[in-house]
Amino acid sequence: MSRITCECGHVNPEGTVLCEACGKPFEENQHLNDNKPEQLLNMRYDGSARRSQTYQRTFVDKVWNFFSSVKIGVSIIILLVVASAVGTIFPQEMYLPPGSDPTTHYEEQYGMLGQIYYQLGFHNLYSSWWYLLIIAMLGVSIVIASIDRFIPLYKTLRKQKPKRHVNFMKKQRIFGETINENIDYSKLRKNLRSKRYKLFEEDGHLLAEKNRFSRWGPYVNHIGLILVLLGSMLRFVPAMYMDEFLWIREGETKEIAGTEGKYYIENEDFILETYDANDENNSQFQESLQNQANPVPENYQTNAVIYKRTDLPIVPGKEPELEKVKDAEARVNHPIQLENGISLYQASYQLNEFQSMTFKLHDKGNEDTNYGEFTVDLTEPKDEYTLDDGTVVRLDRYYPEFELDDGVPTQVSKFPRNPAFIFEVQRPGEEPEVSFAGIGVNIDATGENDYKVGLVDFGVRDVTGLTVKRDYTLPFIAFGAAIFMIGVIQGMYWNHRRIWIQPKETGVWVAGHTNKNWFALKKDIDQTLEDTGIEPPVDQQEEKDKRERGKDDGISTD
Amino acid sequence: MELAQISSNLLYASFFIYLVATFIFGATIKVSNENRNKKIANVGIGLTIVGFLTQVGYFFTRWFAAGHAPVSNLFEFMTFFGMMLVFGFIVLYFIYRITLLGLFALPVALLIIAYASMFPTEISPLVPSLKSHWLYIHVTTAALGQAILAISFAAGLIYLIRQVNQEKATKRTRWLEFIIFSILCVVGYIAVGTTFGAMNYETTFEAPVNGSMTQITYEMPAIAGPKDGELLTDHAFGPLFETPGWMQGVNAPVKFNTVIWSLLAGLVIYGLLRVLLRKRVAKSIQPFLRSASPRLVDEVSYRAVAIGFPVFTLGALIFASIWAQEAWDRFWGWDPKEVWALITWFFYAAFLHLRLTRGWEGERSAWLAVIGFAIIMFNLIAVNLIISGLHSYA
Repeated sequence: MSRITCECGHVNPEGTVLCEACGKPFEENQHLNDNKPEQLLNMRYDGSARRSQTYQRTFVDKVWNFFSSVKIGVSIIILLVVASAVGTIFPQEMYLPPGSDPTTHYEEQYGMLGQIYYQLGFHNLYSSWWYLLIIAMLGVSIVIASIDRFIPLYKTLRKQKPKRHVNFMKKQRIFGETINENIDYSKLRKNLRSKRYKLFEEDGHLLAEKNRFSRWGPYVNHIGLILVLLGSMLRFVPAMYMDEFLWIREGETKEIAGTEGKYYIENEDFILETYDANDENNSQFQESLQNQANPVPENYQTNAVIYKRTDLPIVPGKEPELEKVKDAEARVNHPIQLENGISLYQASYQLNEFQSMTFKLHDKGNEDTNYGEFTVDLTEPKDEYTLDDGTVVRLDRYYPEFELDDGVPTQVSKFPRNPAFIFEVQRPGEEPEVSFAGIGVNIDATGENDYKVGLVDFGVRDVTGLTVKRDYTLPFIAFGAAIFMIGVIQGMYWNHRRIWIQPKETGVWVAGHTNKNWFALKKDIDQTLEDTGIEPPVDQQEEKDKRERGKDDGISTD
Repeated sequence: MELAQISSNLLYASFFIYLVATFIFGATIKVSNENRNKKIANVGIGLTIVGFLTQVGYFFTRWFAAGHAPVSNLFEFMTFFGMMLVFGFIVLYFIYRITLLGLFALPVALLIIAYASMFPTEISPLVPSLKSHWLYIHVTTAALGQAILAISFAAGLIYLIRQVNQEKATKRTRWLEFIIFSILCVVGYIAVGTTFGAMNYETTFEAPVNGSMTQITYEMPAIAGPKDGELLTDHAFGPLFETPGWMQGVNAPVKFNTVIWSLLAGLVIYGLLRVLLRKRVAKSIQPFLRSASPRLVDEVSYRAVAIGFPVFTLGALIFASIWAQEAWDRFWGWDPKEVWALITWFFYAAFLHLRLTRGWEGERSAWLAVIGFAIIMFNLIAVNLIISGLHSYA
């Protein structure tokens, strides 16, 4: 380690650009902050010695330097921006309409581009390995870049002395020389204190500083971001996160997934309310409701009962003994909360699902005849039904949702949305006949049947879809987000301001620095110097701009 | 008078007041006497405040009329966004006292409010997912954040018009003209839409949508008709060609047609301006901005990002996540609107890093401010209208 000893006596670590104590620019290291002679000093990180700027030899150095670069960090962000945007061109797989097949959906809906999109895996972009890798790289970049800057900056600001080197003073953006031997220092101190500056003195040299804590804002918010990222990773720990879905029909009681059989829920009633344009309470919405082709939903709600199982430990196969815990309502925006951290969200519904269907047997040519009726309970269809006159109807096949495919019935889903049956009807002493019966269909496959199974009635009920969630990662993520907000506010809504006052034989020098918001710093300085005999310093950058603009300000004068 | 009627009258009034205030700020350019200039500026900012209070009046009367905060559809959201933009301008005006900022920020707000009124303006009931206190908290904070960020665009635009060398045509002058052209397209859209709206213009087509014949109604003459569409209205104009088949959905042809009209109207206005001015539009504006200190305008542009970024984070990401957890059982779900909010956030994070650690000040920073605003507008409009998702309430 080749330390740098400054003329002020302070020993600086290798790679220091500006002496930690007096701010003297060290000739040999000026290139590290892109400083050029004749120009104002680049004050970033107060010219402290950053590891990434100092060591470039080993592999570790190179990795460190790569990730500590803001250029790389911003490049990663731009990469994420582009990738994220690409993911919104077509819907992600999870947002496809239910039941659609992604292998064909993208091509059918969006043609060639859709097909390419799917082939490249963009339909699951946000969980793709490469997207996660970019986020991970951003995380690494945040950590390394912050450490690389925070530690040296912290040390430098702790070691800074009020007495500054001449070259440091002159090359500050805000700088002024006053020739005046009658300067009211006590007034100056009073003014600075009234603006809540902290004063440090050394041999008559003055450093007024305020809001140093705002310099730590970026590092605090980066810690917050890292906590959010780590919190999101916790989701991969099985005990931390549970996400299940329950379909419950009205009247049904089901075990709540993820509670190890300890909790049950009963769907008493599912309610779908729509806005009634004729209701006086909705008069303000009348125009809007009349312009809508479809009814506007007002409320989705499941009236449920929560039960707790009492016969613990659970014996497999045994009918559970349930004790009512509470009545509860799940509405959108108002999930049911259970005591064990589980929430039940109103997520979906199915109206008027078939519950039962009643058929009667009659002569094929005459609907008025009746040889008896039977009811099929769709939740528990029986194998055979015996009618009053002794006829046996055997249920050969049950299609909960069927479609005719070239005259052949095929099953579309296991949900009773369009049920159909193949019955074998056997009247006492006659040959059995096969009938296909559903809603609006009644097919006699052989064409030789004497009887017909006709639908006379059906019962329906609603089904509610609830998500069952338990997410222990939320507090971590919320904590991270809170830290982020604190950090970002700390860094953005306050500025670190320093004013250096240096007495000279014939007067005084003033210099000022802030990490941002120069306008306010200048105002601060001008106000504190009032009636002290010190002239307001100038913004050297602004002066330079003006000089340059004088030559060529880009405005043509035609 | 009915409350809803009072409310909409207040909105008209505030629009008019902003318009007058804009002209008054414009007058400060021509007045070189510092004292008089100050007086005129005071009238300008005073009127702006009156306009803002009038719009606040619109907001709360509409709230009472509807029974919920009027931020539940595109019209309401965008008028609120415009209101917050004016608020952001007022705050920054009192920090920096730049009258020119009013000349740029107020027209942006005016355009946004006028654009908002192109969407259905009647008071609509809340669907179940919107029935939450988070509607007020999330939407208002997000809009405030975006509006403050939009001020950065206004300042950035001043900077660019002031600073980009106009002696000869370069890539930068062309981009600058493109920005102006884009703004004029919005003006054009509002003009065309209002005109045909006043005429009650309607053309109906019948066209196959997802396999079934559907009636599609145009409220502007159909330049681009629906694919395989049949014109039902007699003696109607067009269509000159069909909308490409890959544009999906019932409304796709109408939207495509609207975009064509906006571009055409924008071109006509821009063309007229070029003919009248006989030079680039930005070049014609440039001399009027001479009095602005580029460094100060640059600082305003940056300051707006510094103030707006935390507000945006809080409203559009954190409050949004809390609500999403409550309404949709997950705090983050990669819905297009969410993704674009994240993209906006990433973009301004990059803006801040480039500025604070890589010294991207002045012109580069100003270009970034323009791009940032384009992203915000994309999320506000395009994501709702083109990319459908959970947020498409309008």
